[in-house]
Amino acid sequence: MTQGNVDHRRQWSDTVAEPQPTTGPTLYAAREPVFPKRVYGKFRNFKWVIMAITLGIYYVTPWLRWDRGPELPDQAVLIDLAHRRFFFFWIEIWPHEFYFVAGLLVMAGLGLFLFTSALGRVWCGYACPQTVWTDLFILVERWIEGDRNARLRLYRQKKLDFRKARLRVTKWVVWLLIAVGTGGAWVFYFADAPTLLTDLATLNAHPIAYTTIAVLTGTTFFFGGFAREQICIYACPWPRIQAAMMDEDTLTVGYREWRGEPRKHSQAVAEGAQQGDCIDCMACVNVCPMGIDIRDGQQMECITCALCIDACDEVMEKIGKPRGLIDYMALTDEERERGGKSPKPIWQHVFRPRTMLYTALWSAVGIGLVVALFIRPDIDMTVAPVRNPTFVTLADGSIRNTYEVRLRNKQGETRPFELSVKADPAIQLEVEGAENNIVTVDANAQRLQRVYLVAPKGTAPAEGHHTDVRLWVEDTTNGDRAHKDTVFNGRGGK
Amino acid sequence: MARLPKQERQEPETTGHEWDGIREYNNPLPRWWLWVFYATIVWAIWYSIAYPAWPLIQGATEGYKGWSTRENVAEAIAQAEAANATINDRLASVELTAISEDPELTAYATSAGAAVFKTWCAQCHGSGAAGAKGYPNLLDNDWLWGGTMEDIHLTVTHGVRNEDDPDARYSEMPVFGDILEEQEIVQVANYVMTLSGNTPPDAEAAAAGETVFLDNCAVCHMDDGSGDVFQGAPALNDAIWLYGGDYGTIVETVTNSRYGVMPSWQARLSEAEIRAVASYVHQLGGGE
Repeated sequence: MTQGNVDHRRQWSDTVAEPQPTTGPTLYAAREPVFPKRVYGKFRNFKWVIMAITLGIYYVTPWLRWDRGPELPDQAVLIDLAHRRFFFFWIEIWPHEFYFVAGLLVMAGLGLFLFTSALGRVWCGYACPQTVWTDLFILVERWIEGDRNARLRLYRQKKLDFRKARLRVTKWVVWLLIAVGTGGAWVFYFADAPTLLTDLATLNAHPIAYTTIAVLTGTTFFFGGFAREQICIYACPWPRIQAAMMDEDTLTVGYREWRGEPRKHSQAVAEGAQQGDCIDCMACVNVCPMGIDIRDGQQMECITCALCIDACDEVMEKIGKPRGLIDYMALTDEERERGGKSPKPIWQHVFRPRTMLYTALWSAVGIGLVVALFIRPDIDMTVAPVRNPTFVTLADGSIRNTYEVRLRNKQGETRPFELSVKADPAIQLEVEGAENNIVTVDANAQRLQRVYLVAPKGTAPAEGHHTDVRLWVEDTTNGDRAHKDTVFNGRGGK
Repeated sequence: MARLPKQERQEPETTGHEWDGIREYNNPLPRWWLWVFYATIVWAIWYSIAYPAWPLIQGATEGYKGWSTRENVAEAIAQAEAANATINDRLASVELTAISEDPELTAYATSAGAAVFKTWCAQCHGSGAAGAKGYPNLLDNDWLWGGTMEDIHLTVTHGVRNEDDPDARYSEMPVFGDILEEQEIVQVANYVMTLSGNTPPDAEAAAAGETVFLDNCAVCHMDDGSGDVFQGAPALNDAIWLYGGDYGTIVETVTNSRYGVMPSWQARLSEAEIRAVASYVHQLGGGE
């Protein structure tokens, strides 16, 4: 007897005889079409709400406006690749501040760890775009072709008559419109949405915009309409990673086998055993978008969308049994319930060291980012000493060092920046091409400026090896300051 | 059709393989995956026909699409040149001094000039323009032939002491080893060291060298040793030495003379490129 530990779907009874393959196994399997039935219930309603919110965010966000002054874009969320800027409402991220984006990605990762360890594949079941768009496509399918039984009939109908052709074409056209809208909305995040819409409509937009829309239209149409659960099972790496986040306390969708079995049409009942609560009505199977039977136990394909819970609860209500034959539960509950005890309260599953650790890490990164966001200056400078050569001897014997200074003005107006040096008083600062050491930096731009430090012959910095110096930059209009430390090389280093 | 309800749980299918009692489950691959695999093979065959792929004894198959990275580069260069044509024309035609007054032109000339410099000038003057012995440092504020835009432009256009360009800057220091007594060379070398405030090895000889200097050297290097940019005569009273300011090197220079040569660039670079590199050099820190 092989141990059934590969996945729970593969459990079987000791009494079943080992099959003897006669023709050899099939190594390739055709996709089994899935026709999910309409279901009513609290989880289904919750999923409608999530769908409305996520789709709403996706389609509406690029159209929100945010006034940043005359020289900056007024789109609230804009990824401006051409100018290397990311705008998010009041936040503007420059390329050198990419750690904010990295931090957000870390938070997204930790957030997924947290939700997965507490609630299993809740991301897959509710919020993943593949799930949301597939749900939307199935909704359209149901509106046009009818519910599960009608769709099954249509599928089994071999003859392509006018009605079948009409239904199929109508469905594909609506899917295609949604897909175009999906791909279309994506490009609005990368350019001014109203302008781009006009350009798209008048065929003046950049070819990349059309290509992006075409590719995303294709993937949305194909993934949402045809590939569906195949993406989750075969293409997506996240379900495999999630398995490492889950443990015996993780809440996931399960079947109370000890309460349901033996089910109505089983061998055991036929032989006279007392029937369990499961009446084998297949409601849970018929609503499943992944095409699985949750009563086979936890399995790889399950995205924990909880629609089987709604379906079963409805049936249990009809036959006068308590709800929850299929329910969110943890593996630890199984032992307790088999032993006649009641399951642990949900909060005990959710609040445990692992989830608290994830929460703490998530919060720490989040607080760090918020603090970094508030203390970052809107005047910024980096200093790169020129090392080819490290110093230049001038005609009068004084020593000059050159620095490439990058000045960044993160405000929406042109600002005058005054450069100064704080070091040995012998060291004087000169700014290439500027009077009074003041340079203007355009709004929301950076300027590369060459700066010289000169020490007269005979002074300590000129004759020594190297001297620490600090360069200051100050906005003369409002007193904003920033500084960078660097070194001054004298001839003594040679 | 949808997955059939399982009336009873059954033994899962195995591949029939068995090793020491361990059997392998049969988890069939989706058939579409197999078709995708076949599709990639078909695509790979097409790709190897369409693009350069199969190695031959000399070179490789060219592919029926005629795709070539070389041609792509040539096309990209032609596009860049076409895009820069207007500003290059402007750079080549404005007054030399007007370049630095036009921010757009300055920015273009400086970055284009940096590219020209790294290609044609860095071999002698160094990638950082710091020069080397016999090759002037272009960063400092001492110029053999003048440091204004016009001066630099002229030097780059025609070069120095070359035989290809009749307009090249020209001057020649006599070989004083043939003219002066050895004693006089010792004296003048000592004297030259005092001009820049250095201590000569022989102070007595230095005092005597002043007369030798005024008689033989001051014609070009001026009485005070400040040099003459019209003749390319270096200033001898500053801290910058092209060949070296120590006693031995000065004796060597006086005795044998020096003859630094720079090529004429007008045949090899366009007027816009010459102006660009002149602008670049002018803004390196020593431009006058």
